[in-house]
Amino acid sequence: MIGPDLSVVSPEILLAIFAMAGLVGAVYTGKDGLARPLTWATAVLFVVIAAYIGLTGGGTRMAFGGILVDDAFARFAKVAILLSAAAILVIGLDFMVRSDLMKFEYPMLVVLAVIGMMIMVSAGDLMTLYMGLELQSLALYVVAAFRRDSVRSTEAGLKYFVLGALSSGLLLYGASLTYGYAGTTQFSGIIAAADGDAPLGLLFGLAFMCAGFAFKVSAAPFHMWTPDVYEGAPTPITAFFATAPKIAAMALFARVVHDAFGGVVGDWQQILAFLAVVSMFLGAIAAIGQRDFKRLMAYSSITHMGFALMGLAAGTEQGVEAMLIYMAIYVVMNIGTFAFILTMEKDGRHITRIDMLNNFAAKEPVKALALLLLMFSLAGVPPLLGFFGKYAVLLAAVDAGLGWLAIAGVIASVIGAFYYLRIVYFMYFGEEKDGIDGRMTTLPWLGLVVSAAILLLGVINLFGIEGFAEAAAATLVR
Amino acid sequence: MIGLEHYLTVAAALFVIGIFGIFLNRKNVIIILMSIELILLAVNINLVAFSSYLGDLTGQIFTMFVLTVAAAEAAIGLAILVCFFRNRGTIDVEDVSNMKG
Repeated sequence: MIGPDLSVVSPEILLAIFAMAGLVGAVYTGKDGLARPLTWATAVLFVVIAAYIGLTGGGTRMAFGGILVDDAFARFAKVAILLSAAAILVIGLDFMVRSDLMKFEYPMLVVLAVIGMMIMVSAGDLMTLYMGLELQSLALYVVAAFRRDSVRSTEAGLKYFVLGALSSGLLLYGASLTYGYAGTTQFSGIIAAADGDAPLGLLFGLAFMCAGFAFKVSAAPFHMWTPDVYEGAPTPITAFFATAPKIAAMALFARVVHDAFGGVVGDWQQILAFLAVVSMFLGAIAAIGQRDFKRLMAYSSITHMGFALMGLAAGTEQGVEAMLIYMAIYVVMNIGTFAFILTMEKDGRHITRIDMLNNFAAKEPVKALALLLLMFSLAGVPPLLGFFGKYAVLLAAVDAGLGWLAIAGVIASVIGAFYYLRIVYFMYFGEEKDGIDGRMTTLPWLGLVVSAAILLLGVINLFGIEGFAEAAAATLVR
Repeated sequence: MIGLEHYLTVAAALFVIGIFGIFLNRKNVIIILMSIELILLAVNINLVAFSSYLGDLTGQIFTMFVLTVAAAEAAIGLAILVCFFRNRGTIDVEDVSNMKG
């Protein structure tokens, strides 16, 4: 009866109980004194659940009459979400303690957001999609404004809230039209209604939903919240924004366009190709004038989302596989870069201006080399992993007959290389002057060096991630 | 006779008013919150109209979820707004502009 259904969502249920027990327990006992052990417990729990999902799951299971789906695609996304969230919690720990932000609500809100993301990626119905998305968003609005006494952090939270709520509204309007014209909210019913030739109402629904998702993945022209939220939010939280929610939103995007609208590929392909090309160019060009590392990473993430959308725009199994590989590599690069940004300090103050990196290589050769690898990989210089991610999506686009999109992608990536290389220039050839002097604690150092090493060593076989991405894409595209 | 299309027209009008309320409003953040509620209510009208037209309860269940989430969203929005007001001393839309570029 309900047993098999519950076993499908057991990881989410376990996390939900953990979050609620953690909140209530911490209020009645140690309050913020418990923040550090709770953060560690959360990170360990994430890794354990990721291992459980990755090792035990097999096949495709439906739960609760098909509103939740557990397949290889959902498992791939869930493992990536859980591991990246755990990594961000751990590398951000020291920063949170130093800047007096170590409150017990922080890990619990991250857990709630992660539950929302896990529901999102395994949604099989418009209602589960919406509930998962809102659980994630509501938790993220709060963490964006986590530094309550700072104008910039609360402003970031306010901007994120207003534009996030608007995007939820667009998405929901699309969902209501889809429901009306398909007669059902289940993806399996929608794909039957939109087979080959969809009614106009369904296409309107699809377009509104795509606009909502584009907000969530911060694709241009729906990107305007990204730089402000990235700059204003406390850095560990920015790092969180740049990783797990992006995977979740991108996976949800892929699931909706293939699971629910797989019969009308030609219709959404144009929308996605447009989003991809605008994002790639806007991210690459607007970042040139930026002097703040966090804002720079915001524009960088817009460009990268453009590339991932290019894989999705191909509309093929190969495209989804390329998108998943791209997202996995993107997350590793971001964890490493943010591990570095977290420790940019001068005289005990957190400073994120890139000209503070002047002559950094002479002072800290190992860290500078690691950051150089990360920047080259973000720019897509071979033989680092970032190149293989770009290569996969470009190949998928060309094979799907979108040669013009692939050419635009190459041009945008050349433009974008400029600002990554400028950071390297500052570090190695910058003029001698006072730069950052903060010391790096062990955990961020590990995050930086390990992700740089992954980018270097992954070229051998991508750590076998290709096989998983292939299996995931095969379950999604039929 | 009032049919499905009348309800859809009202919903579409409310939706557009909500969107314009967010973008054209230069005065107060509270008005933005009201516009967001308007958008969600437009969606609810859509869902209930379709539900009744199709003779299918799913749309009304969806509406219940949307109503609940809208309440939670308003609560969080106001909470963030209160924090912002404490720091900045104003909630004019034009003053939500410390970061630019």
